[in-house]
Amino acid sequence: MLARRIVPCLDVRDGQVVKGVRFRDHRVVGDILDLARRYRDEGADELVFYDITASPEGRSVDRAWVSRVAQVLDIPFCVAGGIRSVEDAEQVLNAGAEKISVNTPALADPALIDRLSARFGSQCVVAGIDSETTAQGYRVYQFTGDPNRSRDSGRATLDWVREVQQRGAGEIVLNCMSSDGVRRGYDIEQLAAVRTVCQVPLVASGGAGEPAHFEQVFRVAGVDAALAASVFHSGAIAIPELKQQLRAAGVEVRP
Amino acid sequence: MDVDVVIVDSGGANLASLGFALERLGARSRVSSDPATIVAAPRVLLPGVGSAGDAMQRLRSAGLDRVLPGLRQPLLGICLGMQLLFERSAEDDAAGLGILPGRVERLQAAPGRPVPHMGWNTLEPCGADPLLQDIPAGEHFYFVHSYAAHPSTTTLATADYGGPVVAVAGRDNFRGVQFHPERSGAAGAKLLANFLRLA
Repeated sequence: MLARRIVPCLDVRDGQVVKGVRFRDHRVVGDILDLARRYRDEGADELVFYDITASPEGRSVDRAWVSRVAQVLDIPFCVAGGIRSVEDAEQVLNAGAEKISVNTPALADPALIDRLSARFGSQCVVAGIDSETTAQGYRVYQFTGDPNRSRDSGRATLDWVREVQQRGAGEIVLNCMSSDGVRRGYDIEQLAAVRTVCQVPLVASGGAGEPAHFEQVFRVAGVDAALAASVFHSGAIAIPELKQQLRAAGVEVRP
Repeated sequence: MDVDVVIVDSGGANLASLGFALERLGARSRVSSDPATIVAAPRVLLPGVGSAGDAMQRLRSAGLDRVLPGLRQPLLGICLGMQLLFERSAEDDAAGLGILPGRVERLQAAPGRPVPHMGWNTLEPCGADPLLQDIPAGEHFYFVHSYAAHPSTTTLATADYGGPVVAVAGRDNFRGVQFHPERSGAAGAKLLANFLRLA
C-alpha cells in the first residue's frame, strides 16, 4: 500500500538552512548536508530544498550544494526557487535532484510548465502554489519570498490548480499562507477543497504544530504528503515518534 | 577503464542520482550509448526518464534497440527503462524492445488514487529471484510513474495501486524495476547490491 509521505522542507539561503515566521525574519538553523542526513536517518520520506532568496532577487539557485546533497542522500529530493527555464531545471536535475518545483515564474509564464513536463516528464515537475484566504476566496500569491513584493497574482487558487495539471504538473504543493509558520494546524478546509480538483499528488504545506495536525491533514483533507519545516528543525516534532503516532491512528506510513 | 556496470545513456536528465548510488556501493560505473561498450559491459543498467517514444527514438538512433535484446550479461531496467523492456507502451503508442511480453498501460486516476503513482509503496514478491534476495515482502520502495505493466508470467514482484501493478519483472538475464532503487534508501541499496553480484 502506498504510504503517506512526511516531507521536511529546508529553506535555503546562501547555502544555509534558514527559517522565518510568515516568510519574515529568517535565521540560520543549520548546515544543509547535516540536516539532510539527519532527516534521512530519522525516516523522512522526501526532502524539499527551497531557495527563498533566488526568485525575488532574480538569481538562480547555487547548483554546487544540489550535487553534494545528491551524493549523500538516498531518498528523493526536490529543489525549488529560481527555476525559470528548461535550462535551469536541467542543471538541477542533472546535479541529481529528483524533482524541480516552480512557483512565481510559472505565474508569469504558465507555458513553462508545459515545456518542463514535455522535456522531463510530469513526474519531475512540481507546481508550488502560495495561496492566501481573502474576501475574494482562495487567491494565488506571487513573489512571496519577499514580504515587500508579495501580492495577489490575479488568479483564483482552484482555477490555477486545474490549469497547472492540464499543463503537465505531476504534483502540487499547496502552501496555505495564513497558516504558515504559526503552528495552529494545516488549513484543512482549503486543502480539502483543492483535493476535489487535484488528480495528481497533493502536498500540504503551512501550519504543522503537533502530530495531530498531520493525522488530520491525511485523514480529513486526504493529501498524499505533508510538508513542514520549523517543527522538525526545532525538534518540537521528531519524525520517528510522529510516524509511530500516525501508524497507531491507522495512517499508512513507511517505517 | 574496468567497470562493474555500464549505464545506458538514454538521454534522461537524472543519471547523476544513479551514479551516486553506485558510488556509495563502491561500484565503478560509466555512462555510454556506444553499442560496443555496452556489449562488453559485465552488467548493464537501463534508466530512463521522459516519455517512452523519446527514449525509444534515442535508443534507435544509437542502434541500441537491436543491441540490447541480444545481451547475455545481467541487465536491469529502471522505471521507464523497465517499461521499455515490454513489447509496447500506451505512452506515445511506442514500440518497446520486446524483451518481455505484454503492454504498458496508462494508470487511471481515481478518488484517493492520484496519478502519477508517487511515493513509497510496498513490494509483494511473486517468487524467488537473486535480485530480491534478503528483501522481505512489505519492504517500501520509491515509485514515480504514470504508466504500468499488468502482472504476467514474467512478474517477480507487484505493488498495489488500485490493483496489482508490476514492480519487478524479468526473464533470463533481463530484469526491470518500476521503482527507483537509487532513491529507495537502504532497501534500494540492497537491491542494487544484489544486482551488482549477478554475473
